[in-house]
Amino acid sequence: MSYFKNDKRAYILLADGTVYEGYHFGVEGTTFGEVVFTTGMTGYLEVLTDPSYCGQIVLQTYPLIGNYGVNAADMESEKSWVAGYIVKEWCEEPSNFRNAGTINDFLVSQNVVGIWGVDTRALTRRIREYGTVGGCITTENVYDKKDELLAAIKAHRVVQPVKAVTCSEKGWYYTRENRANHVALMDYGYKHNILYKLLEFGCNVTVMPADSDINDIRRLNPDGIMLSNGPGDPMDNPELIENIKDFIDYGKPIFGICLGHQLLAIARGAKTVKLKYGHRGLNQPVKDLDRDRVYITSQNHGYAVVSDSLPEGAGRVTHVNVNDGTCEGIDYPDIHAFTVQFHPEASAGPNDTGYLFEKFCDLMERGQQGCL
Amino acid sequence: MPLAKDLKKVLVIGSGPIVIGQAAEFDYAGTQACKALRAAGLNVVLINSNPATIMTDKAMADEIYIEPLTLDVVKRVIIKEKPDGILSTLGGQTGLNLSMQLAKEGFLDEHGVRLLGADVDTIDMAEDRQSFKDAMRAIGEPTIPSKVVESTKDAIDFAERIGYPVIVRPAFTLGGTGGGIANNAEELDHIATRGLRLSPIHQVLIERGIAGWKEIEFEVMRDGKGNVITVCSMENFDPVGIHTGDSIVVAPCQTLSDKEYQMLRTSALKIISTLGVEGGCNCQFALDPENFNYAVIEVNPRVSRSSALASKATGYPIAKMASLIAVGFSLDEIVNDITGKTTACFEPVIDYIVVKFPRWPFDKFVYAQRTLGTQMKATGEIMAIGNSFEHAMMKAVRSIELGFDTLSVDKYRMASDAEIMEAMARKDDERCFVVYEALYRGMSIDDINQTTMIDHWFLDKLRHVAVIEHDLTEKGLNAERLHVARELGFLDSTIARLTGYDYDKETCKIVLPEGFEDEFNDAPYASYKMVDTCAGEFKAETPYFYSTRDRENEAELFLEEHHDDKKKVLVFGSGPIRIGQGIEFDYCSVHCAWALRELGYEAIIINNNPETVSTDFDTSDRLYFEPLTAEDVRAVVETENPIGAIVQFGGQTAIKLTQHLQEIKVPIIGTDPTYIDAAEDRERFDEVLEACGIPRPKGDTVFTAEEALDVANRLGYPVLLRPSYVLGGQNMIIAHNDDDVREYMGIITSHEITNPVLVDKYLMGKEVEVDAICDGTDYLIPGIMEHIEKAGVHSGDSISVYPPQTLDDEVKATIVDYTGKLARALHVIGLVNIQYVVYDGQVYVIEVNPRSSRTVPYISKVTDIPMVDLATRIMMGETLADMGYASGLHPSKDHVAVKVPVFSFSKLEDVDTQLGPEMKSTGEVLGVATNFGDAVYKGLVAAGNDMARKGGVLITVRDRDKAEACAIAKRFHDMGFVVYATAGTAKALHDFGVPAHMVRRISEAKPNIGDLLENREVHYVISTSATGRQPHRDSVRMRRKTVESSISLITALDTARALLGCLESERTLAEIPLIDLNTI
Repeated sequence: MSYFKNDKRAYILLADGTVYEGYHFGVEGTTFGEVVFTTGMTGYLEVLTDPSYCGQIVLQTYPLIGNYGVNAADMESEKSWVAGYIVKEWCEEPSNFRNAGTINDFLVSQNVVGIWGVDTRALTRRIREYGTVGGCITTENVYDKKDELLAAIKAHRVVQPVKAVTCSEKGWYYTRENRANHVALMDYGYKHNILYKLLEFGCNVTVMPADSDINDIRRLNPDGIMLSNGPGDPMDNPELIENIKDFIDYGKPIFGICLGHQLLAIARGAKTVKLKYGHRGLNQPVKDLDRDRVYITSQNHGYAVVSDSLPEGAGRVTHVNVNDGTCEGIDYPDIHAFTVQFHPEASAGPNDTGYLFEKFCDLMERGQQGCL
Repeated sequence: MPLAKDLKKVLVIGSGPIVIGQAAEFDYAGTQACKALRAAGLNVVLINSNPATIMTDKAMADEIYIEPLTLDVVKRVIIKEKPDGILSTLGGQTGLNLSMQLAKEGFLDEHGVRLLGADVDTIDMAEDRQSFKDAMRAIGEPTIPSKVVESTKDAIDFAERIGYPVIVRPAFTLGGTGGGIANNAEELDHIATRGLRLSPIHQVLIERGIAGWKEIEFEVMRDGKGNVITVCSMENFDPVGIHTGDSIVVAPCQTLSDKEYQMLRTSALKIISTLGVEGGCNCQFALDPENFNYAVIEVNPRVSRSSALASKATGYPIAKMASLIAVGFSLDEIVNDITGKTTACFEPVIDYIVVKFPRWPFDKFVYAQRTLGTQMKATGEIMAIGNSFEHAMMKAVRSIELGFDTLSVDKYRMASDAEIMEAMARKDDERCFVVYEALYRGMSIDDINQTTMIDHWFLDKLRHVAVIEHDLTEKGLNAERLHVARELGFLDSTIARLTGYDYDKETCKIVLPEGFEDEFNDAPYASYKMVDTCAGEFKAETPYFYSTRDRENEAELFLEEHHDDKKKVLVFGSGPIRIGQGIEFDYCSVHCAWALRELGYEAIIINNNPETVSTDFDTSDRLYFEPLTAEDVRAVVETENPIGAIVQFGGQTAIKLTQHLQEIKVPIIGTDPTYIDAAEDRERFDEVLEACGIPRPKGDTVFTAEEALDVANRLGYPVLLRPSYVLGGQNMIIAHNDDDVREYMGIITSHEITNPVLVDKYLMGKEVEVDAICDGTDYLIPGIMEHIEKAGVHSGDSISVYPPQTLDDEVKATIVDYTGKLARALHVIGLVNIQYVVYDGQVYVIEVNPRSSRTVPYISKVTDIPMVDLATRIMMGETLADMGYASGLHPSKDHVAVKVPVFSFSKLEDVDTQLGPEMKSTGEVLGVATNFGDAVYKGLVAAGNDMARKGGVLITVRDRDKAEACAIAKRFHDMGFVVYATAGTAKALHDFGVPAHMVRRISEAKPNIGDLLENREVHYVISTSATGRQPHRDSVRMRRKTVESSISLITALDTARALLGCLESERTLAEIPLIDLNTI
């Protein structure tokens, strides 16, 4: 297909030996990771720059990617975190008033190996049937080096990815509101829009490195703590979980999102489980049991809290996924905390659950007034 | 919230006849609604005047009234049936308007009927321009500067303030009827005057033009709990300014970043929540391509054409969900039919792109103004699904059936660059082809964008197609081009045509020289992917597929998984709705599929019309949403391996596939193709007639103008000229002299003609039509239909009466006899439609169509003989005797049914409304009663005549009609009508003794006919003219003015007499009993 684009062959090899052929884009090379799919029809740049995808090879089920180009304002972090990128077709002539370059240029600048021209639906169906699977993308002839690559896929591990994505130093962000709440945003790989939402809701925010402990928090004396999203298996983070136990004792309101939701649940004694192929997309229906309403949410997670594993009295499930009944939110009234599995900060995705930020702010205000 | 407990019986209002702006999509919606409500255990009462629909089928509702959709009739139905609720949002603008009037008058409250799916305030807020703007302002949603005015002067004052161009939108009209864009005061004067007149509340909106903004639509749903979801987003290829019904539309949006997308999505959900809609809602936005500014253009708080498209584009059944929500269910209580596991409360995601392409009637109405604007002109549309824009677009051009297999149009290929630039600036139905031509010659995308304001993204994608077509044509074939062309959706036949290679009709593949590298050589023709609402995230059971050039063929996997021993039969849909091939054929395809399934076969439907019931995925065992061309069908055959194909029900679209199907060795089930051909081939048909001893009007076949003149003079004028192999009387005329013949042959021979032109002696007799079912031996005629208008008015445009009222028994017996002989002689297995003319007591055959016809649905309904089902069973091996039917004419029912055609003339500027041998109607209504007079009365009312019994009548007829016109005028005069006439007619009337006011022609000094019409001093206009068509002619302009002034227009004297019969009788609609079709 060199007519309009690069036609250098590239391959996807899965752990079971299945090969999918396509053409290469981004940089050349070989990359390893867990292959996952996301169904969002918009927001590819947000996907690439969402730290929760750290170490994963991401497939877009929507076939036309890159239509509106890339732009710095829509990035959810400073860089791309995906291990590799799979699309049906990428757009070489993007069109949008904010367009500042093609997705191919972006992948090159981020050193990401990509593959296009793949039967993405076939691969998606495979992941759905057999579950998330390890694999690689390579621009070398896969058939020549299959055994070698399979061994490498098997050996490939992503260890404590939170450490890879978190910031090394604190960052301060201020709003112009007068009576601003001060939030400590625990950076397990936070998406920029969590920060933006907090600012929008009139909070001052200090972004804290993931390994910040209770002493760091005390020094900050925040009105509330936000536990951010992040990559990987929540059980991989025992130190973080221990810290969170201290945060709980500290008594300030806590709001957890995604990985933050899972970590707090574990800290309260619950278990997590790996989902067959995760929830990744912008159309996940979640029922708010208190409001008896279903909201469409943005999601990106491979693990879920097991609802039944929550010890008696530790917390109350407030949100469930309408599709598969998995836990999507927990309220911990005794510790003024609540968490959700989905992304109320959206970006990409629907803004339908922005009310949760309001709830967090209310809690903090009540805390300030000593009425918790 | 489960089903509301107080609901036991629900009234559903249909949308009436098919007109431009309100078409088959409401049959799809109404059918889904009826099915869903009955499945929920409700008793359903249906009223709809349109007999060609699936929704008016017996099985669809408990009580079915094919009655005029007037306020009084609906009231009577309510009083008789005492429903608990009325569903207002599934019957288009017609259903909504009626419901609103009933509610506002307090009638619903008075009779304890709940308005379901909408509330009056909501509808008012959305429909009334000013309240809509106020409502949007109140919730902080931007709209375009605009003002509602009630006079042309106010319109101009406001426009002067906000600046031109301005858009004029009349309130409460269908498909934006009467709207337009004005660039200056003069244009505004014209458009606003017309808009004010057409608006039932005499209001128009004047609005600032926002040319070049993107037009984006969202289909959203909300339930009583307040759950809100987006079903689908859509982006128009054409920027704002062209009615979305006339735009090429893609789904989902392509050029919006998530920020823009979510901004509009949030707005749409806010709007539906604020309006409190319970059901579906369409929100249209304009989005500035240069920043985040947007404006809400329009909100339709009901099921619409766009929602039909969104349903087919995503697989999410909006009409069904809207109905269930209306009766109390919430989205999270309804199971998603597609996955069978998840609920309806989610947002569909798709992993393909959909292109919708409109089908305009300009091939029929050659003099119509083709400019597109705010008034919709398309009669139908097609949808194409692909996993790239290019692929979907290539499928789309094939699906519209204008004879294209790429976007190249010869006349533009021949044009100069300057002509192309000029043509590109015109916003007409061919602009997309002009743009393609510009790309083909390598004009810059920036220049094209400057002129058309079509987004760069679309232009660049189209460029890919153009470059490949160009290179195949200019540089020839190589492996790479072959590969790329196929990936972009070129057919092998197209590639062969462009490169001069041979094409093998049997394999449907290009013939490549030995050693030519062909990557697709061993690949299947197509790999089908499933439409599943969730981009593969969940396992789906929907047998709804589209083709790709990918590796994995999901349809094949589906077949393996669902393997059974059932035999498979292909059934074709009829493609886009167009004049001459309407919803009737969809009715037939659907019934065929149902009958096959009942018989234990698997029915496989191929079709591409998103508005229809046939493309609902639960109609057939498998639905392939594909163009109806030989190669596209070949690909389905490879995957499905059917035992045969049925071509009788899909109109000419399916019949045209017959030869290809034979070439690819797919057996034709039903009448043998050789006999289909015998009916179409002049010489062979003559032999058949001779053998049967059946006379036909004398005639011959010709290829050239000289031959035509020769034959015409031999036969004696008038003669009928038409091409063979046509449907809907396309390009058919009655010639009265040599000039007519020369003009006609000139037009016909300007295209390449492969089939001869038929020249027949034209017999001005009574036209009679018969649909029969034949099993090869026995034949069944459910009923004979007699046309009110004499032969010469196309049968589709004639008022048709069942059973015949003026034929004597001998003539009827002859017709039955001839029908039997012809059916047997042509070895008809299934349906046959025969048209006769009775002249001087003699019966002649005009034509025989060995397939279903547009009268099949209505005759099936009024005779209670399920014609398509019987025909299908016969095709699959049963006989009429097996099914308990005797051979011959079925005994007539006690009821009389009168089918009246309905036109969309007011939407098509410059089209002559004079009826003739070329079909012009877009839809039909039915009047059913216990006697002829009542039935005609109902039919005429249903077709929109106000049946005034006093007032004025204008008569202006050609010379040979003057004698008859005098008698008609006298009857009007005797009833107390004031008769107006043009000079010639007036003189004739005076001589005859009918006082008539002479009025000047429309081109003469004022006051003239124009003023008479504008002031609505007449209720009826009777006009015939020798020749017409050309828009500048006085007679044509006068008739235009009549339809644009919403005055009843009659162009055949027979119609006038039928009307007079009704007016002279004492009857009123209120006295004519309602008929429940299920009790006939």
